[in-house]
Amino acid sequence: METKKLTDDLKLNFENKIVEVTEQFGDDIIVINKDALLGIARFLKEKPYDFAMLLDLTCVDYQGRDPRFEMVYHFFSLSQNKRLRIKVPLSESKLTISSLTPLWKNANWLEREVYDMFGVHFEGHPDLRRLFMYDEFEGYPLRKDYPLRKRQPIFHMRNEE
Amino acid sequence: MGRIKQRRHYEERYRGNFFTTNLNALIGWGRRYSLFHYPFITACCGMEYMSAACGHWDFDRFGVGMTTFSPRQADMLFVVGTITQKEAPVLKTVYDQLVEPKWVIACGACAVSGGIYDNYAVVQGIDKIIPVDVYIPGCPPRPETILDAIDKLQDKIQHQKQDWRWKPKS
Repeated sequence: METKKLTDDLKLNFENKIVEVTEQFGDDIIVINKDALLGIARFLKEKPYDFAMLLDLTCVDYQGRDPRFEMVYHFFSLSQNKRLRIKVPLSESKLTISSLTPLWKNANWLEREVYDMFGVHFEGHPDLRRLFMYDEFEGYPLRKDYPLRKRQPIFHMRNEE
Repeated sequence: MGRIKQRRHYEERYRGNFFTTNLNALIGWGRRYSLFHYPFITACCGMEYMSAACGHWDFDRFGVGMTTFSPRQADMLFVVGTITQKEAPVLKTVYDQLVEPKWVIACGACAVSGGIYDNYAVVQGIDKIIPVDVYIPGCPPRPETILDAIDKLQDKIQHQKQDWRWKPKS
């Protein structure tokens, strides 16, 4: 019952921003347009849906598909014991999306990781730097077109003239 | 009287009261049983290192008891675990800060060769950064393997050509 209510409510409020609504293993998957992300996230965080927890936030590289990247957000509602997945397709030419740091503080490092690994820029992020790789690193290692054998050592290695 | 003959003569005369050796062997003997080690532990091999270092296997028995957490007080570096490209300058700095003479043990598949991590982030063996004396294979190695490596390193220290500060330069 609750499931239907959430998706229906979302369709009612953001009717032309919702691309697709599916369901898997009892959890809703909602594909949305990227300009509605912040509005929908705020809507979900507030009562009655109360998705107070941002479980994870990551990116997928579908090389060869037209919107090449897809952001995936996992939310969890403690009061309802419900999970929700939100997907946002991103085209390679315009790889920016609004940051969720104003709503969930833990989005800070998660978004830095996605920026580090995929090169997605987050608008409104307070401190968008690389998280895992060093500053001298060029390229984004988890993209499918990053060369498998490419190494970028910081200084000259021994035994390699 | 020849040197050997003279030595035999004294050994006969003062049997049991002294022994003869050479300075190289004496210093090697002193060094092999007083290793101060710095554990550079980054990954899961550290668990095996801990059990080898603590009560169960206890490599203090072999004279590697002193664990220091300052490289300036250590002469043996225990590199245990994966070394990433980002961490490589840190390892190099720690190695440079060790006091002479210094030895390095690479413990575990990652430190030896990069292990399963043949990717953009991991150094393919720490011998690309610093010289290594003993390699310990295994993912992770058993504590017995670590004890064996210490034994081999001590053999190497005993038999190497020792260097010391006041040694005349040839």
